[in-house]
Amino acid sequence: MRHIAIGLEGSANKLGIGIVTHDDVTGKVEILSNIRHTHITPPGTGFLPRDTAAHHREHVLPVLENALKEANITIKDINVICFTKGPGMGAPLASVAIVARTLSLLWDKPLVGVNHCIGHIEMGREITGAKNPVVLYVSGGNTQVIAYAEKRYRIFGETLDIAVGNCLDRFARVLNLSNDPSPGYSIEQAAKSGKTFIELPYTVKGMDVSFSGILSYIEMIAQDQLASGECTPEDLCFSLQETIFAMLVETTERAMAHIGSNEVLIVGGVGCNLRLQEMMAQMAEQRGGKVFATDERFCIDNGIMIAHAGLLAFRTGFTTSLEESFCTQRFRTDEVYVSWRD
Amino acid sequence: MIDNAVLIKQGAEARIYIAPFLTRKAIVKERFSKSYRHPILDKKLTARRVTQEARCLHKCRRSGLDTPVVYFVDIENNTIYMEYVEGKTVRDILREQSDDESFKSKNDEMANKIGMALANMHVADVIHGDLTTSNLLSRDPTGSLVVIDFGLSYVSILPEDKAVDLYVLERAFMSTHPNSETMFASILETYRKKYKDSGPVINKLEEEAENEV
Repeated sequence: MRHIAIGLEGSANKLGIGIVTHDDVTGKVEILSNIRHTHITPPGTGFLPRDTAAHHREHVLPVLENALKEANITIKDINVICFTKGPGMGAPLASVAIVARTLSLLWDKPLVGVNHCIGHIEMGREITGAKNPVVLYVSGGNTQVIAYAEKRYRIFGETLDIAVGNCLDRFARVLNLSNDPSPGYSIEQAAKSGKTFIELPYTVKGMDVSFSGILSYIEMIAQDQLASGECTPEDLCFSLQETIFAMLVETTERAMAHIGSNEVLIVGGVGCNLRLQEMMAQMAEQRGGKVFATDERFCIDNGIMIAHAGLLAFRTGFTTSLEESFCTQRFRTDEVYVSWRD
Repeated sequence: MIDNAVLIKQGAEARIYIAPFLTRKAIVKERFSKSYRHPILDKKLTARRVTQEARCLHKCRRSGLDTPVVYFVDIENNTIYMEYVEGKTVRDILREQSDDESFKSKNDEMANKIGMALANMHVADVIHGDLTTSNLLSRDPTGSLVVIDFGLSYVSILPEDKAVDLYVLERAFMSTHPNSETMFASILETYRKKYKDSGPVINKLEEEAENEV
């Protein structure tokens, strides 16, 4: 039997709707459509919850229409409607969840609320074929080193303050870099022509990391040293990437050593940074291991990952009742019971 | 190259050898460079960590904690020579146990020793930085609790840093030894008793636990 799920995602500035099918017999996963619309703000600014929610409300119906059209299915074919329950920004989450709820009532289909982080992990595993990797989940709102054990994705290390992507995004604002397609992408491009390495604080505590002090420090020296011509914006981007990615690779490696795994999977928006992937690959190579990563279609927030993770849960009998279909800004990865894995 | 060295472990950051040092059997810890890191960052981190590790090992020993004795530090080659401790890791000891009642008193004793060791370490303002059950040994034949691998340790008087230390250990306990909540609770109890300024540390730890909910 074939199951079809539609997934709605809008926990941050990306609005995504995707449709996926699972074949029960062959286990094959097929992506029917993956439509995304991003709320991009002018350089020097970030995205605010209220404006982002307004963006999602404005674009959700056309995106939904496109997703259905591209998948070439009728409403009758859909088995389940999946949506992001959290974590994320409250207003954008709620604006998308209300659409999911409405569709559920309108089409008379069950709902499945999905943990955003689990969506990333399951999508990454599906696309790359990684079996039981240590997962580095890095995005604008999350930074976690995760490994699976006994029905849960357990968090081995995480940021003690802001997310790595938040650190990059906010530094891009200081330099007035473009937010299109993403501030992290602009930093990655600028870093390529950076030459001088500027020493920054390096903050690893056990398997945890901290970025807020590094951000304060680089903001401060950016003001002084750019004005005096001691360094270029490119040097700062380069040094920031080298430092914070080294911290991430170090903690990931420590988790791999701790649990004795040789596979590492990078997911989340920052995961499409090629320099991070390259550094991770060098680490894995030194250990005789392997790195798995995906490109922007699946790394960056999308509806497919919500549909896919939701469908995995749905096929084990999980649904979310209308009363339980609220969103939550705080929803840790290890709260989810992973019924679909051994 | 180290003379007559036998590689026993390739860790994430260092190679550990057993080698004779003068007349004694020694653990030789050689930090190696990481190709993924920028050379300047790599050099700085490696040198800083070798020095810090040796200093912290020594500081802890002076405050009464059982740690390997430092024999020699070779800064040029990022290598520390230290005492070889005979014994088993707490991780292995816990793994060999079943949920049997008979282990309860043994675990209480172990928790007591761990709590005492952590208290001693924090009294000396040493933050371990990577407390896991693999970094705690039970010395043969005395059963003295030895704290090893000060590779990420540093000196700090901040209650927050000490709380992070405990938090890291708690997480290591929870993620590798299911149902170990009671054991960790009794570790904290001893810690509280033996370390008279532990109040702010425990408060910070509890704050962190609340943040997670």
